Amino acid sequence: MNRTLKKTLNWLVLCVVVLWSVAPFVWQVITSFKPSVELATLPPLLPASPTLDNYISVFSDRPFGRIILNSLVVASLTTTLSILVGSLAAFGLAVLRPRGGYLFLGFVLTVSMFPPISTVSPLYIIIRELGLRDTVLALIITYTTFSLPLTIWILTNFFRSIPRELYLSARVDGCTSFQIFYRIFLPVAAPGLFATAILVFIFAWNEFLFALTFTSTVRARTVPVEIALFPGVHEMPWAEIAAASVIVTVPVVLLVFLFQRRIIEGLTAGAVKR
Amino acid sequence: MKDRQEGYRFLLPAAVVLLFVTVYPLFYVFWLSLHRRHLIFDISRFSGLENYAFLLQDERFLRALWNTVYFTVLSVGLELVLGMVVALSLQRAFSGRGIVRALVLLPWALPTVVSARMWEWMYNTDFGIINYLLGVDVNWLGSPFWALNAAVLMDVWKTTPFVALILMAGLQVIPRELYRSAMVDGAGSLYIFWRITLPLLKPVILVVLLFRTIDAFRVFDAIYVLTGGGPANTTETLSIYAYKVLFQTLQFGYGSTIAMVVFLCVGFISVFYVRLLSR
Repeated sequence: MNRTLKKTLNWLVLCVVVLWSVAPFVWQVITSFKPSVELATLPPLLPASPTLDNYISVFSDRPFGRIILNSLVVASLTTTLSILVGSLAAFGLAVLRPRGGYLFLGFVLTVSMFPPISTVSPLYIIIRELGLRDTVLALIITYTTFSLPLTIWILTNFFRSIPRELYLSARVDGCTSFQIFYRIFLPVAAPGLFATAILVFIFAWNEFLFALTFTSTVRARTVPVEIALFPGVHEMPWAEIAAASVIVTVPVVLLVFLFQRRIIEGLTAGAVKR
Repeated sequence: MKDRQEGYRFLLPAAVVLLFVTVYPLFYVFWLSLHRRHLIFDISRFSGLENYAFLLQDERFLRALWNTVYFTVLSVGLELVLGMVVALSLQRAFSGRGIVRALVLLPWALPTVVSARMWEWMYNTDFGIINYLLGVDVNWLGSPFWALNAAVLMDVWKTTPFVALILMAGLQVIPRELYRSAMVDGAGSLYIFWRITLPLLKPVILVVLLFRTIDAFRVFDAIYVLTGGGPANTTETLSIYAYKVLFQTLQFGYGSTIAMVVFLCVGFISVFYVRLLSR
């Protein structure tokens, strides 16, 4: 009796949790298919005459294609650079172990706690002076830096878990440490690199404060800023906002569904010691 | 020995980038905070600690500080409790577990701006689904009482999955034998939770609290998009106030002072948790 009760209770919690997580997003999807006139009447919940107009007007009335392109460029270049610079540092820390390595790791962790708001004013001045205002480059540099702590932390743990004999024997065979890095360690650590890349991509795709501050026009504006600033002529274009939200959520949803295991591995790598 | 020398070369690119884009700006923001500086009029005058002294008389600042603390304590507290419930119930293996985990990850992975827009629409007074389902007519985001709590609810929705997943990973590391032998001894599940699960999970809980407290304390996107700090600044957090002073009134001196306060508070929170962790 006690057992079945417990089981039912578990299933109940499970259903509530899933419903709670998904419901707001489902509502947004439903809204995105409603013609604007239907927004003002609540029953029925489902659109009486579903339409794709909102999706079309997001692209035809607004520069949404260009903005998605900006976001894709920023997120993918940030991911590449962060993995490149971060894996070098992680290899140095985990395998070559220079004196003071722990201090460096401590420094990296400290940096990861910096609130973005605390560096946004000087970065704005620096970026303006370098003539990088309203460029994707400004965002790529900033995002790469702020994602480095995460990258270095996860990859250092990953490289540490690779047997050191691999390194030592390659050394004996006369490989330079750089050769060992990209011929042996990078391929072996591919799953870790992948997990990290997904997390960095999601971070760069979602970031808002720096993007809001450093960009001003369609030239470099990214998706979150566009959605936050979505202009309405008379009132908020809720159905269009919903359509835009659904569009930009698709890449993230795909990543989550395809790679949830890897994402969780990456997320918990730092938090849980095994 | 040569390895160690070479190690520095591998660290160099990361070190340069981090120094230039995070450490240098941090000194710069401290320097700015000691000035009266207006970006358009090109005024810049050294004013020592005047800005810091002004903080104490600035009621809007004190209000923002209170809002930030309220938001942080309430949302992190709720997330920990709910996250624990979810983690404990999802802990055992069941079919379809992967899909459930992906669905639960969804709120966490969405852009914060998107989730703020979603909730803003659901909170809508006239056409919002929340009022419709509850059969009430509350102006959630327009009422000084509800607005900040509405932001808390959104944050709880968005980050409880993250908390639950990390706690779940922590639960999996606890050796099964401990539970089994406790059950053999006839211990009840509540006893097992308090005496075995909780103490062994403590380091993981502290790490989760560290991440979440810092994140909640520097909250910007969620509330900025949801309410913009309104109504009447009742949802204005420190980050939003700092942003407005910096980029709407262009007072780079005083804005940087508020930014420094956020930095110092976050530093204090981190040190607090790290000391608890290393005990």
